[in-house]
Amino acid sequence: MQTPTTNPGFWDLDEHAHPEGHSTMLGFWIYLMSDCLIFAILFATYAVLGANYAAGPAPKDLFELELVAVNTAMLLFSSVTYGFAMLEMQKGRKAGTLVWLAATAVFGAAFLGIELYEFHHLIENGAGPQRSAFLSSFFTLVGTHGLHVTFGMIWLVTLMIQVGTKGLIPANRRRLMCLSLFWHFLDVIWIGVFTFVYLLGMLR
Amino acid sequence: MAAPHALETTPLLGRLSLEALPLHEPIVVATFAAVALGGLVVFAALTYFRLWGYLWKEWFTSVDHKKIGIMYMVLGLIMFLRGFADAVMMRLQQSMAFNGSEGYLNSHHYDQIFTAHGVIMIFFVAMPFVTGLMNYIVPLQIGARDVSFPFLNNFSFWMTAGGAVLVMMSLFVGEFARTGWLAFPPLSGITYSPDVGVDYYIWALQVAGVGTTLSGINLLCTIIKMRAPGMGMMKMPVFTWTSLCTNVLIVASFPVLTAVLVLLSLDRYIGTNFFTSDFGGNPMLYVNLIWIWGHPEVYILILPLFGVFSEVTSTFSGKRLFGYTSMVYATVCITILSYVVWLHHFFTMGSGASVNSFFGITTMVISIPTGAKLFNWLFTMYRGRIRFELPMMWTVAFMLTFVVGGMTGVMLAVPPADFVLHNSLFLIAHFHNVIIGGVLFGLFAAINFWFPKAFGFKLDRFWGLVSFWCWVVGFWLAFMPLYILGLMGVTRRMRVFDDPSLQIWFIVAGVGAAIIAVGIAAMLIQIGVSILRRDKLRDVTGDPWGGRTLEWATSSPPPDYNFAFTPVIHDMDAWHDMKRRGAARPLEGFRPIHMPSGTGAGVILAGFSTVLGFAMIWHIWWLAAASLAAIVLGAIIHTFNYHRDYHIPAETVAATEQARTARLAAAE
Repeated sequence: MQTPTTNPGFWDLDEHAHPEGHSTMLGFWIYLMSDCLIFAILFATYAVLGANYAAGPAPKDLFELELVAVNTAMLLFSSVTYGFAMLEMQKGRKAGTLVWLAATAVFGAAFLGIELYEFHHLIENGAGPQRSAFLSSFFTLVGTHGLHVTFGMIWLVTLMIQVGTKGLIPANRRRLMCLSLFWHFLDVIWIGVFTFVYLLGMLR
Repeated sequence: MAAPHALETTPLLGRLSLEALPLHEPIVVATFAAVALGGLVVFAALTYFRLWGYLWKEWFTSVDHKKIGIMYMVLGLIMFLRGFADAVMMRLQQSMAFNGSEGYLNSHHYDQIFTAHGVIMIFFVAMPFVTGLMNYIVPLQIGARDVSFPFLNNFSFWMTAGGAVLVMMSLFVGEFARTGWLAFPPLSGITYSPDVGVDYYIWALQVAGVGTTLSGINLLCTIIKMRAPGMGMMKMPVFTWTSLCTNVLIVASFPVLTAVLVLLSLDRYIGTNFFTSDFGGNPMLYVNLIWIWGHPEVYILILPLFGVFSEVTSTFSGKRLFGYTSMVYATVCITILSYVVWLHHFFTMGSGASVNSFFGITTMVISIPTGAKLFNWLFTMYRGRIRFELPMMWTVAFMLTFVVGGMTGVMLAVPPADFVLHNSLFLIAHFHNVIIGGVLFGLFAAINFWFPKAFGFKLDRFWGLVSFWCWVVGFWLAFMPLYILGLMGVTRRMRVFDDPSLQIWFIVAGVGAAIIAVGIAAMLIQIGVSILRRDKLRDVTGDPWGGRTLEWATSSPPPDYNFAFTPVIHDMDAWHDMKRRGAARPLEGFRPIHMPSGTGAGVILAGFSTVLGFAMIWHIWWLAAASLAAIVLGAIIHTFNYHRDYHIPAETVAATEQARTARLAAAE
């Protein structure tokens, strides 16, 4: 094949500035997948160790599905409200965005409160993470999710302040999008926890 | 040997007390004196020459991928000297401890040394070297001005450095782990390792691991999003391809390490039962999980160097790389296969014949794409006009050495053979054969190849040759005896030996290590001599080797903005294509260039993270809480800074480019 020897132009002489943060969403998504891997390991650990009760309590003796159902509802509601916040953001309404973000924070706090109550209850009844490999893996999986929600809450409050002071500028919109991904991601993880840990645990 | 004892704890200092200083170990005290003296001299010199401001402003807080890349390389080099010192001590001990002699190291010290050697060489030598190389070269090869997230890049580097600081600290404050480099429980559990050694191990790896994961995400985004117009995936330089696969592996494996170390920490700190032998814990779960990270890790180390060998071979053979497409597919195959072989690290666990066969076969399958690569390099050389410059010599040495390591790897992949060779010196010889023969030789090829790009002058050839021959000869002398010893059944990590007939092999290996030491010295001299003779070795063209990829299209060292105009790509080997078709460098019409500004946030956040690690190691809870709060607060404050960029004015760009034009004209 004869290769062309003409000079087709090798430099972009009329270059325009690239929009700031053009790879942020991709980067954040990749980060979420790496975080997902951490949860995958914790789920796998729970799958391997989850039946090792060491003559201690089993899921049936411990879990109260009603409470967990309420808890799940709190987290799912918080995702819905976050969705409304994003819709408001798309319309460029700062006040509406902030209100829905606040609602999200309230539901998130309720979720964390119920989870802490559950943990406290378990530990008080001698079913702490030291009791058996089952409880070690249970507390670590659910606790890691709770820790993520906690950091999400800190982030949410920070963003509310930033949206409040700077408005819905592109940088803040991008940040809200990232937190949105993060928040829904935690929801998906929780569906896994609810199904594999609580529901299947009751059947075991 | 001192019996394990529970450490006294005080609220203010946790487990830390004067007893933590290893004053009873004369070797450590002497090392400390030497390091302290050296550190003082460096500190004094920097202060005397008023370089602190320059270092802080131009280097530590810089978000320039080139400077960060160089800092990674410097970190790798410093830690390499430490890791090699450990190796020499082990070689000396093993060649002495015969006929009733205990050698010169007690078991408490010796066990720390072999653990530290492995940890340092993998995490704080090979990883910084590889990351530094990718950081420096990848943006240049794809025609970008920086990485996707420049601040994160700076932060990642300082996290890696923070991990290295923790490892170095363990030498003088407390002790390092005595568990081997992967810290298998139950030995690494609190029952059998009650001291701070394993905690140093955990926190050093956690702090550095955050940096590695983030830098993986960063480079991945950079390669996907920031390629110059026209550079489709199948027009990317091979080094960029192998970097892409490496960073996929980093992002998809380091979180596993993070998670498994968290579980080990929970066992040690709050008494959970993941890997304990009772209450339903399962130590083999740890071994499985850590090797699910560990096997991809070895490909993280070698893949970028496969890229280096490809660039070097085609450049110094004056030909396009043979079988570019097959090279890419081979790399992708290795990337995927690296996830389905982890069990070959513990065939003796007792998974049964079927499971072992599966993992034995997948392991052997990896040798097919790797073999394809080797043939591609050979066919690239075939009928090429080969120039035996230093990078090419390292590449040829790699091919000869690595093939042997690869074949002994296939031997180990046969489960029945592995039952004999498992945990023996044969295994040690095998992985040093591939890591030194592959990763290190590749790094030396890369350093000799790209040094003129980074600094504007070549490395001295004479001292490079001395280093090369010492390394190659020293390597074979140091590790071939270990193959023989391993076949005779000698296990790894032994401190004293009963059978006097083995001693001669250890002495030969020790001589090999001594020759490698000369090779390392020659390498340091090579760098020193080259700096002194830099005017004679200077390259003003920016393209000293007749390069083929885009990094050679700009000046050496490249300006802050890498390229005054973004290159447009029409063919593979873009720079070769430009030269062939007579692309002229544009001399006017410069525009302001948008660049990220430097920030001290990375240093500060990583500094707090290192303090957090230290506080957790020593159970200084108030300090741990305070530094965690400082990290969160610092990160939040950083997000309130919305002005993270600036423009290099068009006049500055024009002046820089005109200076280059003048230099090019003067050179002709």
